[in-house]
Amino acid sequence: MSGYIIQRCLQAVVVMFAMSVIVFVGVYAIGNPMDVLIPLDAPQDVRALIIARFGLDLPLWKQYLVFLGNVAQGDFGRSFVYAIPVLDLIVSRLPATLELTLAAVIGAAAIGVPLGIWAGYRPDALSSKTIMGVSILGFSVPTFWVGLILILTFAVWLGWLPAGGRGPVDVVLGVEWSIFSLEGLSHLLLPAVNLALFKLAMMIRLARAGTREVMLTDTIKFARAAGLSEGTIVRHHVLKLIAVPIVTVFGLELGSTLAFAVVTETIFSWPGVGKLIIDSITSLDRPVMVAYLILVALLFVTINLLIDLAYAVLDPRVARSRAA
Amino acid sequence: MSEAATPLGRFWADFKDSPVAVVALVVVVAIVVLAIGAPWISPQNPYDLGGLSLLDARRPPGHIGTGGYVHWLGTDAQGRDLLSAILYGLLISVQIGFMAGCVALAVGASLGVIAAYAGGLIETLIMRIVDLQLSFPAILLALVLVALLGQGKAQLVTALVAAQYAYFARTAYGAATTERRKDYIEAATATPLSRTRVIFRHLLPNCMPPLIVVATVQIANSISLEATLSFLGLGLPVTEPSLGMLISNGFVYMMSGRYWISVYPGIALIVLIVAINLVGDQIRDQLNPRLRR
Repeated sequence: MSGYIIQRCLQAVVVMFAMSVIVFVGVYAIGNPMDVLIPLDAPQDVRALIIARFGLDLPLWKQYLVFLGNVAQGDFGRSFVYAIPVLDLIVSRLPATLELTLAAVIGAAAIGVPLGIWAGYRPDALSSKTIMGVSILGFSVPTFWVGLILILTFAVWLGWLPAGGRGPVDVVLGVEWSIFSLEGLSHLLLPAVNLALFKLAMMIRLARAGTREVMLTDTIKFARAAGLSEGTIVRHHVLKLIAVPIVTVFGLELGSTLAFAVVTETIFSWPGVGKLIIDSITSLDRPVMVAYLILVALLFVTINLLIDLAYAVLDPRVARSRAA
Repeated sequence: MSEAATPLGRFWADFKDSPVAVVALVVVVAIVVLAIGAPWISPQNPYDLGGLSLLDARRPPGHIGTGGYVHWLGTDAQGRDLLSAILYGLLISVQIGFMAGCVALAVGASLGVIAAYAGGLIETLIMRIVDLQLSFPAILLALVLVALLGQGKAQLVTALVAAQYAYFARTAYGAATTERRKDYIEAATATPLSRTRVIFRHLLPNCMPPLIVVATVQIANSISLEATLSFLGLGLPVTEPSLGMLISNGFVYMMSGRYWISVYPGIALIVLIVAINLVGDQIRDQLNPRLRR
């Protein structure tokens, strides 16, 4: 068991190293940051000074080693555009993204699971077919398009909600929140709905598929034979039996929602990490791109590691078969 | 219903039972035909700058332009007929989606089948990479790759393939691990046929059904991803205006109520994607042994 854990952790470290090399080399390959940083009419000596200051005159492998050494000390360099440490920049944008992501995922689960259970419980009812039809829409329609329609409907035509931006924030426990004021909530609502739709469709499908399978099992037949009411069966048996995959996916989806937030944040000008990365791609802000990608890779490698370890703890066969 | 003789005939007989899927299939075929025929049927060549007049810019649907014909869906900021722009855009979107889907199918399925057949170190290596990639959201991967590779059709297709081949590899691997234990593979291995031939002529064709489902869904996904990337300004260059770019161009005018520049290309995009997904859904249900009546 401990052998498996050590092996798995080592693997994660190797993957992170590989990712850091790929990201660093890949990002180095795009554009020439000097064109962005240095005005065209700058004199030669100023040019050389700036190049030396950012270490752009060193060979690539040396730049990578310098970078790695700095990262080990928590220093991802300074943003070319904002001229502040990259890590500070990303951390300052993180609360906005986390708030948006959490609002979307929690909302999707709270609405999607009951709808999915209903659709699986009565697969042939008209309401169930409607729910499934809508869920196909949620899966198919690109996030950015839904965002546009939400803005067009609620901001441009009806004028009920703001079209973008985060609005005022309150500082609670040292973090900025928009959920504590009505104005803030009104800014959060559209992007959160936009981000949630895909997850909602997914939750509906998961809950429906689970329910359909569970409804055919002997457990449910027995519960019915025992005279339990249908409501009790759904609440106590179906929900419990479908909970494990749903909770797993819920955890996994938190990560990928961060990725989708890139699109939503851009459309709604939500000042989160996703908008930051798009902006830094367009302005060739290399340190920000590298740091963002490495942090995202770290996030996903960690999530995977934790899932694998959790499975190994829950089912010792996994560890035995893989360690062999 | 008469008993159809071939598996394909049986498949079609089942498929016909779902009116939604049949309508969806008709829509997909119609859109593809319209897109391919765009140069002949669209009222205007939207990228011939000489044919455009700024007098026609941002006109609402139904406007009769300087060209003397009706702009049924209005015009964009350059005075382009939107209907024509949409038809040309559909062609680009369909091309990209289809190319990316097919290449990803070829690459992914080969890797998956090879991993399942070879076993050992090759299997571990390929499937570890695939699993790692599957845990990483496709859109983020495509975004990064497009940013790294630069703009252009080939670059975009490469990014989409790299972001999606893993789904095919997983599916092919799953199907191939069950198939390869069957007697016909063992029999084929015992003959002097080369390994390549056994893998690609015997094993791979028998793994096709689930791969077709994935391919349908992934073509829709490619189209959607391409539109998203183009919307973010990272997809195709301005000279290849796909639907995503049309939508993106209209976004600025949407705030002032000129909805049509974004909305109509978007509707075309969604009808296409939803129709492909509906067809894919039906195929999936038909191939799922657990739902077989």
